Amino acid sequence: MSSSDPAQEGAFASADEVAAMLRRVGYLPDAAIAGVVHLGERLGKPVLVEGPAGTGKTELAKSVAAATGRRLIRLQCYEGLDEAKALYEWDYRKQLLRLQARDESGKDWAQIEGDLFGEDFLLTRPLLAAIRAKDPVVLLIDEVDRLDIETEALLLEVLSDYQVSIPELGTLKATTVPLVYLTSNNSRDLSEALKRRCLFLHLDYPSVDREREIVLSRVPGIREDLAEQITRVVAALRGLDLKKHPSVSETLDWARALLLLGAEEIDEATLRDTLNVLLKYTGDITKAAAKLADLAK
Amino acid sequence: MTGGLLGALAGLVAQLRNVGIPVSPTEHIDAAAALRHTPVADRAAVKVALAATLVKNAEHLRTFSTIFDLYFADRQRDAVDGDTTDQAGGPVDGLAGAGAGPGGGVLAQLTDQELSELLRQALRDNDSTLLRAIAGLLVDRHAGIEPGRRVAGTYYLYRALQAVNLPAVLGKLREELGGAQPSVAGRIRGLDADARVEAFRAEVEQEIRARLVADRGVDDVARTLRTPLPEDIDFLNATRADTAAIREVLKPLARKLATRLARKRRAHRSAPLDFRQTMRRAMSTGGTPVDLAYRRPHPSRPELVVLADISGSVATFASFTLQLVYALRSEFARVRTFAFVDGLEEVTSLLEKADDLLEVTRALNRGTSAVWIYGRSDYGHALTVFRRRYLDQVHRRTTVLVLGDARSNFLSPRDESLAAVAERARAVYWLNPERRELWNEGDSIIDRYGRHCTGVYECRNVRQLRAFVENLDG
Repeated sequence: MSSSDPAQEGAFASADEVAAMLRRVGYLPDAAIAGVVHLGERLGKPVLVEGPAGTGKTELAKSVAAATGRRLIRLQCYEGLDEAKALYEWDYRKQLLRLQARDESGKDWAQIEGDLFGEDFLLTRPLLAAIRAKDPVVLLIDEVDRLDIETEALLLEVLSDYQVSIPELGTLKATTVPLVYLTSNNSRDLSEALKRRCLFLHLDYPSVDREREIVLSRVPGIREDLAEQITRVVAALRGLDLKKHPSVSETLDWARALLLLGAEEIDEATLRDTLNVLLKYTGDITKAAAKLADLAK
Repeated sequence: MTGGLLGALAGLVAQLRNVGIPVSPTEHIDAAAALRHTPVADRAAVKVALAATLVKNAEHLRTFSTIFDLYFADRQRDAVDGDTTDQAGGPVDGLAGAGAGPGGGVLAQLTDQELSELLRQALRDNDSTLLRAIAGLLVDRHAGIEPGRRVAGTYYLYRALQAVNLPAVLGKLREELGGAQPSVAGRIRGLDADARVEAFRAEVEQEIRARLVADRGVDDVARTLRTPLPEDIDFLNATRADTAAIREVLKPLARKLATRLARKRRAHRSAPLDFRQTMRRAMSTGGTPVDLAYRRPHPSRPELVVLADISGSVATFASFTLQLVYALRSEFARVRTFAFVDGLEEVTSLLEKADDLLEVTRALNRGTSAVWIYGRSDYGHALTVFRRRYLDQVHRRTTVLVLGDARSNFLSPRDESLAAVAERARAVYWLNPERRELWNEGDSIIDRYGRHCTGVYECRNVRQLRAFVENLDG
């Protein structure tokens, strides 16, 4: 079910190729990320990206769009999201206008009814927009775990067959298969049906080496050994039992802060003064400070 | 695609299902399709492809990894000792195997002492080839694998690692990696030592499994491996590593349950019509009430009283249950916890401050009024104390949760105390961490108490605990 566009074929020739493409747009993937992105395109399957907050799930979809030059269509999920906001809606104002304009045209009712439920009166929402797009697109369904369980079923037809059935119009099929990425914070279990249709990618916090690379590429001017120390401290903090672990973006904030302060090295004083950049709960800060002080003994 | 690869995939899928990871036929097909787009010689790529298609739950990934390593053995490793296996036609001939490995010839002549020293250096330099060779040699020399014996291999691991005194190596390595530097970061670098030693231990373990597979065949080893998913681990037999694994699944579980209970409550739309608001809205539609307004739903949150047996045998179970209950505390109007062994003591404020509940239970066990005389569970006395001191706190909206195995040590059950509590409370649930077959055997008097309870549940693992909490609200 791979895309027939020869340019796309070349772009996704191998996982290494994908990795190189993502690197070019500033996203540093590990082998698993590149492998799953590659497979997702090859098999024509959506990719479900799951993991703690701040590990670059949404960023991945954006980067894939940027790397392949595809247009990004984003559906932000929230509780209470419904068909009319995710799939399509009939433009009833326009339909009313059409009805009022009936007399002049002199068409008979059957014809008007046919018109009323034609594509002209259809308001496309993100899912349908992705299906009907003429150009290749990346569809990002963000925070899918916030959907109500009942609404989740809305996605199934789009995800498995890349089509949308509209009772009045029939089934609309995708002309180009979109690359679909779903992200989830794992705040609830997604249904088996949804998971079965997707490839699963667990994005955990990056390894020390990869995070150091990220810091080096995103914080220009930082010294390599400082970046090394930063990522080690962050990794140690993630090993503690905290309410909220520092995310990658917080690591970057911290690195920038240390750079601004002109810190040569992370000593106890710097750590004490800047820990609040990494940790956002007082309880966490106290606990982490105590644990890190233990280490310094 | 070769038949061998598909066969290995089928074996892997069967084994995954065996340990309880659900793999549907569609996913099996997807995995085979994914292999078509994967360089099959690249083991890491194959692993990524299969993980993405077969495992859809992050908590299952570790189990998947272990089983994958069995069915898709490391080619490189096979090259080291594979040929000797073929020649011998059965059990692995030890030293010859290591001799074929990289640097094996010299290695084989070293004493254990020297080997330990070499190991430390290899760990320091992170030299994976040398580490692998050492792992192979250790297994050959000390594991003493007996062909045909059906064991899981942990025993062999212990024997193989004993020779090099791993804890001492770890201590030295920690110093070497970071200790010399005075900075915090330097010491944190020292932490890396733990990770490297852990990786070496895994290397040895894999080496042993490879030998076992050569001896007995993949399926047989996989069967004895016993890799239960964290949610299936029995609370009562949990080792320390198990406890850590359970704690890890419990955290996201608590979050999921909280979201679920909160949603369930919000979705509960039986609030009465707000007449005044409706009429006001009707003004804009010419007096016709089009848009109805309802009063804000005012669901009653239950109050929870937990009575937890914290005597040695069931302490782990109690601590996990309490951990879950406390993570959900925003879903209840109030949570009060009482710990008992043969006495009874309210520990609500203690638990709110502490971060490790297991620590708290240990501290309690050491000396408070939870322990009265014997230090062995006396349900009868504990319940009577509760009735005497706290019965007036129990009312129509209170749900009482008793955690314990109902093993009374043949002391008087005094179940009329529980009956008195049950009469006032909205519901009394008893969670028993013992397997149902053992109930009412020996000194277990669960039925005697169960008579007064709204429900008695077997709660041996996270899966059962979760099922109970999910329904607790409704």
